Amino acid sequence: MPLLLKGAGVTVQIFIVSAVFAFIIAFIAGLGGVSRLKFVRVFTRMYVEFFRGTSLLVQMFWLFFAFPILLRAYGYDFSMSPYWAGIIALSLNYGAYASEIVRGSIEAVPKGQTEAAIALNMTRWQRMSRIILPQALRMMLPGFGNISIELLKGTSLVSLITLSDLTYQGQMIRNSNPGMADEVFLALLVLYFILALPLIYLSRFFERRASKGVAK
Amino acid sequence: MDWNNMCQTFNDKDNVWSWQYTCEIFPDLLDAMWVTISATFVAYFVALILGLFLTLGRRSPIRPVKWFFQGFLEFVRGTPPLVQLFFIYFGFPEIPYIGFEMSAFTAGVLGLGIHYSTYVSEIYRSGIEAVPKSQWEASKALNFSKGQTWLRIVLPQAIPPVIPMLGNYLITMFKETPLLAAITLMEMLNMAKFIGAKYFDYLEPFTIVGFLFLLLSYPSAILVSKLEKRMNRRFRQKNA
Amino acid sequence: MLKKGCMGRLNKKVVEHKSYQVKDPIVRYNDITKKFGDTVVLNNLNLEVGRGEKLSIIGASGSGKTTIIRMLMTLEKPTSGTIWVDGDYLWHKEVGGKLVPADEKHMRNVRGKIGMVFQQFNLFPHMTILRNVTEAPIRVQGLSREEAEERAVTMLEKVGLAEKVDQYPSQLSGGQQQRVAIARALVMQPKVMLFDEVTSALDPELVGEVLEVIKDLAREGDMTMILITHEMDFARDISDRIVFLDEGRILEQGSPDKILENPDSPRIRQFLSRFIGNSSVSGLATTK
Repeated sequence: MPLLLKGAGVTVQIFIVSAVFAFIIAFIAGLGGVSRLKFVRVFTRMYVEFFRGTSLLVQMFWLFFAFPILLRAYGYDFSMSPYWAGIIALSLNYGAYASEIVRGSIEAVPKGQTEAAIALNMTRWQRMSRIILPQALRMMLPGFGNISIELLKGTSLVSLITLSDLTYQGQMIRNSNPGMADEVFLALLVLYFILALPLIYLSRFFERRASKGVAK
Repeated sequence: MDWNNMCQTFNDKDNVWSWQYTCEIFPDLLDAMWVTISATFVAYFVALILGLFLTLGRRSPIRPVKWFFQGFLEFVRGTPPLVQLFFIYFGFPEIPYIGFEMSAFTAGVLGLGIHYSTYVSEIYRSGIEAVPKSQWEASKALNFSKGQTWLRIVLPQAIPPVIPMLGNYLITMFKETPLLAAITLMEMLNMAKFIGAKYFDYLEPFTIVGFLFLLLSYPSAILVSKLEKRMNRRFRQKNA
Repeated sequence: MLKKGCMGRLNKKVVEHKSYQVKDPIVRYNDITKKFGDTVVLNNLNLEVGRGEKLSIIGASGSGKTTIIRMLMTLEKPTSGTIWVDGDYLWHKEVGGKLVPADEKHMRNVRGKIGMVFQQFNLFPHMTILRNVTEAPIRVQGLSREEAEERAVTMLEKVGLAEKVDQYPSQLSGGQQQRVAIARALVMQPKVMLFDEVTSALDPELVGEVLEVIKDLAREGDMTMILITHEMDFARDISDRIVFLDEGRILEQGSPDKILENPDSPRIRQFLSRFIGNSSVSGLATTK
């Protein structure tokens, strides 16, 4: 059990760091997706489609196993720690999904809002930061809640690149205690569910608020 | 001419990216792709059927039954599919009385199927809730039985509008099949890892696998979004 | 649709476009053409608006009325031609005697002279009434919060909504929201105010309160106002001139009495006949 708790700590840490990066990426790519510059739009589109089109685990394996080979071949002395391979893959992957929520929410703000802001002579930046984003943010939150639950579940994959998270510790215990696999993995599921509960409640809360739709 | 001989014509084994190596391992990866694809479809089938039961169970008028299904949905959706796979493959056989051994393929499609049945059930639900209440009342007025109402009136109206969303989950599940590598199934990713370990070179196998995933999922995603647009048009016309 | 097209062609033979002299123009449209794809919305339009003038633009929907003022607000870009506002070109910059496309900075300078009220109000739902009105003075004009709030309250008093400062747009009726939108535009002290069918989205019983506010504004005098409206009585009351737009061209323009009572063009008579008898609730008589 202490091992599992230690693993849970690693899971939470990976989750938080990746979530922060993922949401930063989501905003950058989401804004890039509505840019007036075509090459920015095309570039973000490619990023999003690429990371949504391949699997998270494939991306993680590629970063962990293949990427260092590529760099070393070009003369960089480089090895990828499982920690960073995991975080980079998780952030880029969920960032791509979350950026679609950002983009969709920005596009869902009625056009009249932009027009009113232009009529008040606001700059492009003021229009985005004062008028569009605050309204879009409200629409994003339920989606962000769901993505964060997916991200928490996704962190379990880092165990497959030897990072000692909750799932990894479970595997270790199973290996050293034959015949206990059922208890171990059930405990693991329950622990993950407990970790997910606050996120589940948070996204419920956001959903209720969004469906009420009162601007306050 | 034999495949490997043909591959040797590239003769670029020393390059960072070797086409000869790519060529040599390609048949194995392609074989593994069929495992991936068949696992996807079987798991998807499991999810579609199980999702329907979950949806019906959640609508049960009997409170404890309803709670059980809701709790199950919440729990399965809130926990990682990878751990669920471990539980089914390693843990389940050890459970006294009911446990039995399964092949990695069976455990894998069951695990993925169960996990995604909760998402599929959510989609069914949105479809069913979109069917107007008056349809239920009309069925009652015509004295249809409960089963007839579901089968002949409600589901035929609820399912077609949500087909594109269901299609999206087929693609999502396809991209989740690499998880089955963790329970020893020789699907694409596991094959790539196996090959990489054998030849001490991971670059080509993992890159090819990523490329194959993109090649299969991206066009399907475009297809689904086209379908979605067409469905939306049809749906709007109906409502107008 | 077909019938309308035929009528239009017939009429153009009868009525020639008359140019109209304006003493001290503040806005000038020169040879403006606007196309959306293959559709010509405005066809080589020339129009001058005098300083302090109250100008109403009427015409069937699809005649290009809204496009005229949306181009002046920089919400729509002319396909060709120039727009001149109070000493500067709006979409162009003069560089060495030549006109080149304007950059954002130049456009913002010119745009600052113009304010607009929209058909759908477009209040910011996430801000209180007070912040709706103070946001632009503070951010755009750099006023202090106190100064902006003082100005805002004065404007809100003018439209009769000073007590609503702490409420949100969703808590107000459509008519009240539109009055806030007017205050929000006024607080920027524009030289030219644009009103785009500001009562079309309102329930009939709420139209009056909004029109009263605009009438008061018109009576005060010095602001230039361009209005697009289907309220003929209102247009007659406040306008110095009425322009009748038909298929992207000015068919006829002149004093309200001339256009509304005795137009030369049968096309206008036909258009106006739809409003006779229900002009007091003419919000219902729009051509949508």
